[in-house]
Amino acid sequence: MDSGGVMNLFSWFADPAHWTGPGGIPTRVAEHLSYSGLALLIGVVIAIPVGALIGHTGRGGFLVVGLANALRALPDLGLLILLVLLIGINLVSVQLALLVLAIPPLLAGTYSGVRNVDPAVVDAARGVGMREHQVLLAVELPIALPLVLGGLRTAALQVVATTAIAAYVSYGGLGRYLIDGQREHDYTQMAAGAVLIAVLALVVEGLLASVQRLLGLRTAGNRAKLGGRSRSEFVGVRS
Amino acid sequence: MIWDWIPRNQPLILGALGEHVVLSALPVLIGLVLAIPLGWLANRFPAARALLIPAAGVIYTVPSLALFVLLPVILGTKILDPANVVVALAVYTLALLVRAVADALAAVPRSVILSATAMGFRPPRRFLAVELPLAVPVLVAGLRVATVSNISLVSVGALIGVGGLGRLFTDGFERNFPTEVVVGIVLSILLAALADASLIGLGRVAAPWTRVAS
Amino acid sequence: MIEFRGVTKRFADGTVAVRELDLVVDSGAITVLVGPSGCGKTTSLRMVNRMVEPTSGRILIDGEDVSDKDPALLRRRIGYVIQQVGLFPHRSVEHNIATVPLLLGWDRKRARQCAAELMELVGLDASLAKRYPAQLSGGQQQRVGVARALAADPPVLLMDEPFSAVDPVVRESLQDELLRLQSELGKTILFVTHDINEAVKLGEKVAVFRAGGVLAQYDEPGAVLQSPADEFVASFVRRAGS
Repeated sequence: MDSGGVMNLFSWFADPAHWTGPGGIPTRVAEHLSYSGLALLIGVVIAIPVGALIGHTGRGGFLVVGLANALRALPDLGLLILLVLLIGINLVSVQLALLVLAIPPLLAGTYSGVRNVDPAVVDAARGVGMREHQVLLAVELPIALPLVLGGLRTAALQVVATTAIAAYVSYGGLGRYLIDGQREHDYTQMAAGAVLIAVLALVVEGLLASVQRLLGLRTAGNRAKLGGRSRSEFVGVRS
Repeated sequence: MIWDWIPRNQPLILGALGEHVVLSALPVLIGLVLAIPLGWLANRFPAARALLIPAAGVIYTVPSLALFVLLPVILGTKILDPANVVVALAVYTLALLVRAVADALAAVPRSVILSATAMGFRPPRRFLAVELPLAVPVLVAGLRVATVSNISLVSVGALIGVGGLGRLFTDGFERNFPTEVVVGIVLSILLAALADASLIGLGRVAAPWTRVAS
Repeated sequence: MIEFRGVTKRFADGTVAVRELDLVVDSGAITVLVGPSGCGKTTSLRMVNRMVEPTSGRILIDGEDVSDKDPALLRRRIGYVIQQVGLFPHRSVEHNIATVPLLLGWDRKRARQCAAELMELVGLDASLAKRYPAQLSGGQQQRVGVARALAADPPVLLMDEPFSAVDPVVRESLQDELLRLQSELGKTILFVTHDINEAVKLGEKVAVFRAGGVLAQYDEPGAVLQSPADEFVASFVRRAGS
């Protein structure tokens, strides 16, 4: 990177105009976070109960893992554009695209988390007279939390990345700096957008990783199981 | 859906597909070749591991679109250059595979390494004849993830003007023509499925001892 | 024969694993190093093929100092059998056995023939040749380990608790196999175990080690059992027959 480019970048960020108004950094960040956050919220509400149930009963697990792997092959841009063309440029189409990408890792993470709970612990819970839903809610899910969070991490990153692409279909968010910058041949704006997206992704990842680590420490008893499950990373769950 | 669009535009479709294959395959090969020595370093020297693995994690976290723009900025090349996509995806693949290689090498049983040394293998030959072959299964798993991800990510390159199946997406969007987009999606998925199946097959051939039940 | 002259091994953290060891191992015989864990028997064994380097002292095989040789070349002429066997999971039984011959540059046909002969020698059915280690039982794997160690016909065989990981019935048959093999081959075998019964059964000479790497007594098994050199040896051999 030549020094001219770096200076341009610095001055771009130093320019107060870039921090105010509908095109300003705070607005774009807020847009980005709200699209991503909404999709993640819906995803969590849908995927975690389903994943927990499948993990608890053990039925359909093969489908979950297969689905998570298969959906990695779906091109985000293509999906987004298709939905926009079919439904129009509105919240629904973008959210739908984000959901299709967010649900598989959440599902896989919850499923593998519940599945990997030490069977002896589950057995003991049943043995003291807990009903099935109590076993799931009071025992399996809490122990499964670190892996569930791993799924959330993967989903979050996927969603943040795809939200950046949503700018192409005239949506807001930090991707706009890239798209607008390209149209205006303003490469500094493009670079600034890239930096912002990267920073946002890293911050989100860092936060979720810390939460996951904290939770992992509290359920230290199951850490041996989790350690052996680094294969879950290849199901798309970060750990 | 206007299905007869497909045969009428074969050259466009096949051209995009061909570009896509090259743009996805190249980064995987480059990433793999670089990941083996780096993964070996990370496994051999704790200091290297402490440096390389977190660095890989950071790179893998950055969204691909941002990476396509940031890498040329850092390297000083033009942003709107197809080579950027290849380099960025190679770096991505490298980030993923370094961890896979390091973990795979670490998983080779100590007793196997010990007996290899005791039989008179020198370290380089031991690495090639014993450690690396045993790392293949985990490596193939990582390659599958990397390849399938790459196939999906190359299409994002269309946003900065790079070819591949992504062109069908942007073109379809600009012309308000869903058929084209669907064709792109289907081809992308088929390509990924084919690549995945091929790698599974390759893995079985390269690691016949994993096929037998114990 | 193998000779230890004033061999000492001190590790980086200060522990002395072997202290001033003077020992002459007879050629063509099984010599057993026995003692409680941490007594330096395994460390002593591993200094013969330079898997561990002595801090001071010398080890000689047939009069030649082992530190004068290239370690890799030295090891190709010494057989090494360990408890966990350490077979190569990615190679067939046949290929595992042929490892050292191939390292020494034999052609494949000769190496494969040699492997077949050895399989017969250690009592492995020829049908197992193309199988992978994961498909074999513990006892079968250990036989492959022994065959692999013998493949290049080394004069010296080092065995580090090779039979400790199998169940008692299999262990006994493996011990009998070893004695039979030795009567046919007459190798110089250095065998490490913590089990005094195994030591007495297999060894023509037994070297009892005390904690801290000190040689307490070196004699024929009968002598060790009947005339223990000190209190430690006496209490250690009292476990014999249990």
